[in-house]
Amino acid sequence: MTTTTPSRSAGIGRVLIAVYGLLALAATGRSVFQILEDYDEAPVAYALSALAAVVYIVATVALVAPGRVWYRVAWITISFELLGVLVVGLLSIFDPVLFPAKTVWSVFGRGYAFVPLVLPVLGMLWLYRKRPREIPATPVAGTTAA
Amino acid sequence: MIEWLTWAQLVVAIPAGLLCIALGLFGRRPADLTMGVTALVELLLIVQLVVAAVAPVVGNEASGSELEFWVYLITAVIIPPLAIVWGLVDRTRWSTVVLGVANLAVAVMVYRMYQIWFVQVA
Repeated sequence: MTTTTPSRSAGIGRVLIAVYGLLALAATGRSVFQILEDYDEAPVAYALSALAAVVYIVATVALVAPGRVWYRVAWITISFELLGVLVVGLLSIFDPVLFPAKTVWSVFGRGYAFVPLVLPVLGMLWLYRKRPREIPATPVAGTTAA
Repeated sequence: MIEWLTWAQLVVAIPAGLLCIALGLFGRRPADLTMGVTALVELLLIVQLVVAAVAPVVGNEASGSELEFWVYLITAVIIPPLAIVWGLVDRTRWSTVVLGVANLAVAVMVYRMYQIWFVQVA
């Protein structure tokens, strides 16, 4: 038995990757500005912005790069994003003191048209469709492919 | 930043984005039209870049953070060329959709730049 990891960068997945790349660029740009301009004002929020930016970059790479390891990295980073946008989204509503400033995840990504909320879900659906599958080394008679 | 030029950018970038996404979803590969409108969006961004560099010297200053404005502008200037290169390398209809997404992203960023320059009271 051998496994194969279908390409994650074919078809509509390319659009997903492009949007991830854009979000990575946007989040990086904003976090660079925030840290340069007034880091002391909201260190937690700004450090989180930077972390989010890095995770988006890694997720973009993981979607493009082939192989099982990157497939796993893609799951980890995209899950982290979903967790991040949900936790920070809730916190920014219920504890605005901790998040006085905008991050990419504040109010469930409202500043980014909720793309940060929708994107991980689409990413997960895509990863599930492109999951590694086991293929028999030699076709066995009498069995049907699942 | 010149206000009418900013509106002109939005008037070009938003229809360009919608057109590219529509044509991409209809199965068109990147072509002269879709690449051309994206190049036009980039050209206008470069004009705005020059304007923004010169404007403060002649007394037209941003009302908001200059640094934030420039982070947006430079990021925006990078986006259309990346999308065009993408479209040259990957000759599928999804590249046309990517061109559209890039143009819409530029539109959003130009609008944010407009807010920083004209609206923000900082």
